[in-house]
Amino acid sequence: MEVKEFIVQKVKECVGEANVEVTDAFGDLSITVKKEKLLELARFLKENNELEFVMCKDVTAVDWATRKKRFTTVYHIYSFKLNFTLRVKVNLDEEPYQVESVAPIWESANWYERETFDMYGIEFLNHPDLRRMYMPEGFQYYPLRKDFPVMGIPGSLPLPQKPE
Amino acid sequence: MGLEAKLTQDGFLTTTIDAVVSWARKSSVWPMPMGISCCAIEMIAAADPKYDIARFGSEVMRFTPRQCDLMIVAGTVTYKMAQVVRRIYDQMPEPKWVIAMGACTSSGGMYRSYSVVQGIDQFLPVDVYAAGCPPRPENLLNALMTIQDKIGKTRARDFQDIIQPKLEITNN
Repeated sequence: MEVKEFIVQKVKECVGEANVEVTDAFGDLSITVKKEKLLELARFLKENNELEFVMCKDVTAVDWATRKKRFTTVYHIYSFKLNFTLRVKVNLDEEPYQVESVAPIWESANWYERETFDMYGIEFLNHPDLRRMYMPEGFQYYPLRKDFPVMGIPGSLPLPQKPE
Repeated sequence: MGLEAKLTQDGFLTTTIDAVVSWARKSSVWPMPMGISCCAIEMIAAADPKYDIARFGSEVMRFTPRQCDLMIVAGTVTYKMAQVVRRIYDQMPEPKWVIAMGACTSSGGMYRSYSVVQGIDQFLPVDVYAAGCPPRPENLLNALMTIQDKIGKTRARDFQDIIQPKLEITNN
């Protein structure tokens, strides 16, 4: 498709062919980029006046459990100009799982990244306010990790004492 | 010659204080609508003209716990919310009653998960459980009538020693 080819070409021009990996699954274009190049690519995608991916629709992550590169963070961004949703992925390999925050580029990523941090324990560097979102402050675990039991860890979430 | 004529002729009746007090209590149970999720919609439906909770004297849904006798916990209670529910319960004046409305509230329901309390009886004394997902308004009214029966059996002196618990200030 024409739009996809155009985007891929632009992305490769920006960060270099060696740093990106392009997949096209079920008609959705995904670009996997090296961790170090994420911010550069994000700023380019937003600010280039032929692309204008001005909207960050979602930031989430995948826990692959057994893979060597355990986590993948996924960014869904949208361009009104091209009427196109692009998926950008970053693989995180070693602990601590850290990636640069895109919140300075897309404001909406602020809470999405907080949510991802809350659920997966991925640390977003230079995030303006990286606190827990759903789980109470002081909770020790990350519920959407594959090694977290469905029923939780007994005693990790306090309950009020039952009156007599 | 109706009932009124009979009553106006002989202007008194005898009863016990217990009977009068419990009758008054059970006829004006003011609910605290703790509507947390979808059960709250059915609770609202119970207040509409079709089901009309006013028939039981409970139409006064107060959104402040300080004026309520009955807490209707309608919805999924998460661990985070449990602190809030309990805090609101503590603010209600004695004597007080609790209806656990719906499957989630009673047992966690379909949310068999780390975030949901598997039954609010872990931290609240529940008087009546209303089954259903969500329970129909009739079922909530049935639960209310069960509460009324329960209140009707109380005696005034049952509550004389109860002291309102002191509220602790927590960070939750």
